[in-house]
Amino acid sequence: MCGIVGLLLKKPQLREKLGELMTPMLVGMTSRGPDSAGVAIFGDAVTDSHKLSLFWGEGVADWKRLAAELGAAFAGKHRFAEIGQHAVLTTPANPEEVKTWLAGAAPEIYVLSMGRSIDLYKDIGTPAQIVERYALNKVTGTHVVAHTRMATESAVTPAHAHPFTAGQDFCLVHNGSLSNPHLVRKKLEPLGIRFVTDNDTEAACRFFEWRMREGDDLTTAVHRGFSELDGFFTFLMGTDKELLIVRDAFACKPAVVAETDDYVAIASEFRSLAHLPGVRHATVFEPKPEEVYSWKA
Amino acid sequence: MEGVKEFDLSTTSLREVNRYLHRDAAGAGVKRVKILNADGAHSIAAGLTAPLEVEIDGHAGYYAGGMNMHAHITVHGNAGPGVGENMMSGTIRVEGFASTAAGASAHGGLLVILGDAALRCGISLKGGDIVVGGDVGSFSAFMAQAGRIVICGDAGDALGDSLYEAVIYVRGKVRSLGADARFEPMTGADHAAVRELLDRAGLSHDPKSFQRVASAKNLYHWNSDANQEY
Repeated sequence: MCGIVGLLLKKPQLREKLGELMTPMLVGMTSRGPDSAGVAIFGDAVTDSHKLSLFWGEGVADWKRLAAELGAAFAGKHRFAEIGQHAVLTTPANPEEVKTWLAGAAPEIYVLSMGRSIDLYKDIGTPAQIVERYALNKVTGTHVVAHTRMATESAVTPAHAHPFTAGQDFCLVHNGSLSNPHLVRKKLEPLGIRFVTDNDTEAACRFFEWRMREGDDLTTAVHRGFSELDGFFTFLMGTDKELLIVRDAFACKPAVVAETDDYVAIASEFRSLAHLPGVRHATVFEPKPEEVYSWKA
Repeated sequence: MEGVKEFDLSTTSLREVNRYLHRDAAGAGVKRVKILNADGAHSIAAGLTAPLEVEIDGHAGYYAGGMNMHAHITVHGNAGPGVGENMMSGTIRVEGFASTAAGASAHGGLLVILGDAALRCGISLKGGDIVVGGDVGSFSAFMAQAGRIVICGDAGDALGDSLYEAVIYVRGKVRSLGADARFEPMTGADHAAVRELLDRAGLSHDPKSFQRVASAKNLYHWNSDANQEY
């Protein structure tokens, strides 16, 4: 099992309330995913710089030391917005070069996401604990992609939690299980695509991102995935420009969408949408199998 | 109103509501129960054994009215997966849509879904009746053994795969039939059956606009030379 949560706000004045509206949605999915949770937040893009969401995996985080070392290695002004083991680094340097540098200078750090718009938080614990740990009820922005995990096929660690990311400003959460992730991985690794975990969802995430780099838009990439990815899935994906959901042909893994003039809200079950303002008058539906639903941010 | 008991699931636990329906309602002489703010809770009014009238206000989560015996349950909203699963008797009426596996393994009673039903509606049906006002998703009536399913809209892929004695009446398009399912001519008895079920559901289609789907019964006798093709 697992829970998925997505929320896209259509009205700019609601962006301040993104975290407040999302939190009960995420906490509502605790029984579907009590072991870890994660939230990707898309907001206004930074200009002339990039953001990297970082997680200090082992030992006590020492962001000050890292900032000093980063400053010595890369020119320009780097900013760390830190909460405990987590920090969002905003840097004028090339993010790929920073990521490569981090792998040598601080191998205990996971780069959770990269881009101009995305911030990503994920950790082990109940959704409520993670919301509190990272003050996720206060976040602002246009849309979120979130997940509560009940692990079935790989370890419970912060890195194995969802959302998964690949490339920049792209993330994916998954309810289900893939049966051919190793085949997908075998196909992608010779192309120079590196995997961080042995998790099945990471294979789907890297497959779609690879297709987008090859020129597909996300919807086209998803259609290609129908013949490449075998297994059960409800995938919820976010880019800086859109929120997208798709279910496999058998639609064993649930999803419900509620749409109003103010928002598009998605969850595994209606009970995570029931608190939303105006939901009684929302258009409520379940995504049909192998049909791609996408909303522009 | 006398004899009507009201619960609000935003302030009362589901366990308390279901305990009342199972045990206390009979002693209190209550025949009608209203449940407010369903908000997607699971197993609302599941396992009832008395002829109560239960109204659920809002969208129900998994297994609403599951295992129902004798009760008449109305969902003023949508129903989650497995509504009326294993129902024995009574009626369940869903005014919105129903998610996957509606009426799965139902032994008796009538399940009415006014909107669409998702995939696997009536899977393994064992004698219950189902009327769907809208469309049904793929793999509906898979391995259905007894009972009747009336589909007023369209059906997805593999309708009636591996059917036993259950019969399907479908008014709209069928994307594909499942293994061993076939269209058969409608008889007078079929028209009467559709009429009776539509009347009970409160729907007014012409029974003559329905087609009958039933088992070709080739799968009844295993044929090792058939190479899994039926």
